[in-house]
Amino acid sequence: MALLEVEGLKVYFHTRNGVVKAVDNVSFSVDSGETLAIVGESGSGKSVTCYSLLDLLPQPPAKIEGGSALFDGEDLLQCDRSSMRHYRANEIAVIFQDPMTSLNPFISIGEQLIEPLIYNPDSDRRKSREDARARAIKLLDEVGIIDPQSRFDSYPHEFSGGMRQRVMIAMALINEPRLLICDEPTTALDVTIQAQILELIKKLQQSHDIAVIFISHDLGVVAGIADKILVMCEGTIRETGDTDTIFYNSKNDYTKKLLAAIPEGAKISPNSKKQDRPLVEVTDLKTYFRHGGKATQHGGIIKAVDGVSLEIQRGEILGLVGESGSGKSTLGRSILQLAPTTAGLVNFDGQPLTGLNAKQMVPWRRKMQMIFQDPYASLNPRMTVYQTLAEPLLYHGLANSKTIEQQIRQLMDDVGLAHGQMRKYPHEFSGGQRQRIAIGRAIATKPELIIADEPVSALDVTIQAQILDLILNLVERHNLTMLFISHDLSVVRCISDRVMVMNKGVIIEQGNTEALWKNPQQAYTQQLLKAIPIADPKLERSRLSGL
Amino acid sequence: MFRFAFYRLLQAIPVLFIVISLTFMLVHSAPGGPFSADKAVPPEVIKALEAQYNLDQPLWQQYVSYVGDVLQGDFGPSFKYPGRDVTELIAAGLPATAELALYAMLVALVIGVSAGVAAAMRPNTAQDYIPMSAAMIGICMPSFLLGPLLVLIFGIHLEWLPVSGWGDIPGDKILPAITLGTGYAAYIARLSRGGMLEVLSQDYIRTARAKGLSEPVVVAKHALRGGLIPVIAFLGPAFAGLLGGSFVVETVFQIPGLGRFYVQAAFNRDYTMILGTTVFFSTLIIIFNLLSDMLAIWLNPKLRQQTQGASL
Repeated sequence: MALLEVEGLKVYFHTRNGVVKAVDNVSFSVDSGETLAIVGESGSGKSVTCYSLLDLLPQPPAKIEGGSALFDGEDLLQCDRSSMRHYRANEIAVIFQDPMTSLNPFISIGEQLIEPLIYNPDSDRRKSREDARARAIKLLDEVGIIDPQSRFDSYPHEFSGGMRQRVMIAMALINEPRLLICDEPTTALDVTIQAQILELIKKLQQSHDIAVIFISHDLGVVAGIADKILVMCEGTIRETGDTDTIFYNSKNDYTKKLLAAIPEGAKISPNSKKQDRPLVEVTDLKTYFRHGGKATQHGGIIKAVDGVSLEIQRGEILGLVGESGSGKSTLGRSILQLAPTTAGLVNFDGQPLTGLNAKQMVPWRRKMQMIFQDPYASLNPRMTVYQTLAEPLLYHGLANSKTIEQQIRQLMDDVGLAHGQMRKYPHEFSGGQRQRIAIGRAIATKPELIIADEPVSALDVTIQAQILDLILNLVERHNLTMLFISHDLSVVRCISDRVMVMNKGVIIEQGNTEALWKNPQQAYTQQLLKAIPIADPKLERSRLSGL
Repeated sequence: MFRFAFYRLLQAIPVLFIVISLTFMLVHSAPGGPFSADKAVPPEVIKALEAQYNLDQPLWQQYVSYVGDVLQGDFGPSFKYPGRDVTELIAAGLPATAELALYAMLVALVIGVSAGVAAAMRPNTAQDYIPMSAAMIGICMPSFLLGPLLVLIFGIHLEWLPVSGWGDIPGDKILPAITLGTGYAAYIARLSRGGMLEVLSQDYIRTARAKGLSEPVVVAKHALRGGLIPVIAFLGPAFAGLLGGSFVVETVFQIPGLGRFYVQAAFNRDYTMILGTTVFFSTLIIIFNLLSDMLAIWLNPKLRQQTQGASL
């Protein structure tokens, strides 16, 4: 008998609009030392499945309608409050997706770490504050927090995303659980940090001999670490099998679709419209921020962009890669004069933009647009699709009351939205559809330049593939020039003609995409490229063991 | 933190100046004067009185000399209580009012926070609806209705508590404190319910539950601090409001507090008394707002470190 055996699990959400079968008849098992990956898109029920095991779902609206989850022979779905506390504290631990929101900002990380020990429901496992502190510091060290003694009393905001996720992992392991549930633990992280975290989870699993359930929307991420894979869609199991079977011999169409969506390999067709005439020329651009608003603090100035020179040729897609905090987004905004530049020149079509005031910028704004990362935050929730798309057209005088409806229909066709959705509000759309609206808004004024700042990183792989297709298609059809900013190197590779690598405010390497991929010169670039997970279990395993 | 407080106090100077100027203009533009009375007083007497208090001078001169006096901490003599200073009168009324405000605040916090937290723990159930409906009634019920009502029930029918006075009979402070505190308790209940609901839906609360912490620890340790931030922001204005708004309660229960002086001064056109109390209350409002802001900063580690950085 396996450590955890889930049989016929059904979780329904009873909402005002009827019953949603979030999890419908799902069965699986996982044993000590084994890693089960549950893969599926947003809304497939993968997280709900795992949260229902620990009674972490808000009830109502969620309700467990049936099934059993035997952990070591005991049914988790039937147990009472106090035994559930025992399982949560001592047997099953969870690492949540977003390390930025999953730690309490008001409590020091040390205190959060030792809580499972000092408030342990089982009195024989409860520890004194001093013992708990010693154990926590040892674990912080084990997960790679430097100087754990002094970091113990730090607060979450003093840690980066990757460091917070390490703290989360230490917290999950502090009571030596027998089952670890990882809910997209690396989705919010940079590729190099992702590689480190995956490696760490793998290492800890082996040394502590625990069972792991690893939830992800990306098959590529789980290739190297999973023993078994469960593919879920719309609350049901589509396919289940060992990792190699799923990757090499899948019979299921949905699995094949997921596999096909993984961004991999080179760009298929280079841009036909690319000219050797620069549309944008940036010379020694600097954008500095004062730290915390006052120049005197902490010695004060953040050099987000520190002397960048570049050219974007007409008709090309220029990829800009870098990790969080590298200054890539600030560079994009500085080119559009959306961030105040400190020094340097930006020329657009031969005309200098730096030094223009807001009013003088207006005619240029029509020619350059931006697509933002988070389609949930970048659309005004009180404006319909119609209003969102009409605003730039009317503002720049590109439409009148007679033609506007026709133009908006055309835009919706361009980005693949049905005309019937014109009067709907953003919350009625999925993430992918919202990003289509945002793209429609960006191309409405028929701009020459689009700066796309991580346009697909908030999306599932399958949706990501669709949006990338849409962007390539639009660039080609509308003669667009694009600066494509992303931390995801595989995505950048399959969309850009040329790539620049940014680190700490400067461009450290640039070149044609494939040339750079094959022969990276800088150590930093090599390290980035090495960290990309390969969506091939055999290659990935050998890559991981070589790290 | 000190630098933050210092800058905020600097900002208070122009605010107080505007308060003094506006109040000065308003009281002097109100019809009547401190010495107009029902009885016919000989004009020579009024003239003599006005000369005594400098009221015969042009208005701008009166203004300039008043501001000058205030800067030296002198609110001037009262017009209606001859021979007594405004400062003296404020000092006489303040202890009762401050004590009443303090008890009312305690009542408001204890009832408000517990009702709000209880409601947020089980939203959209009876545990939510009952306290929240009561809070709505508490907000709607004016104290001149609630006070006599409580007196009728607990003072006259049940004879549990004294019906008036302040510090004369044991227990005579209970009803005034409840009367004054109820409205604020209702606001605090709604604020803490909203704040707690918001925090309880945060990811880090789910993390705390997933760690196997008991529900009381989750609520008291992880949720309360974030959930009560709106309440803390409300404390400053609330405390000032309690001090300044106790007139009705002081009248109903015959308490010799500041609120009664304040309102009587307005009826009597006691110019210096109105101005003095207004400036005094404005200062209190500024100070209490500053205190609640500082408390909110101190409770948030991120803000705390930022302001500490500023003081380096």
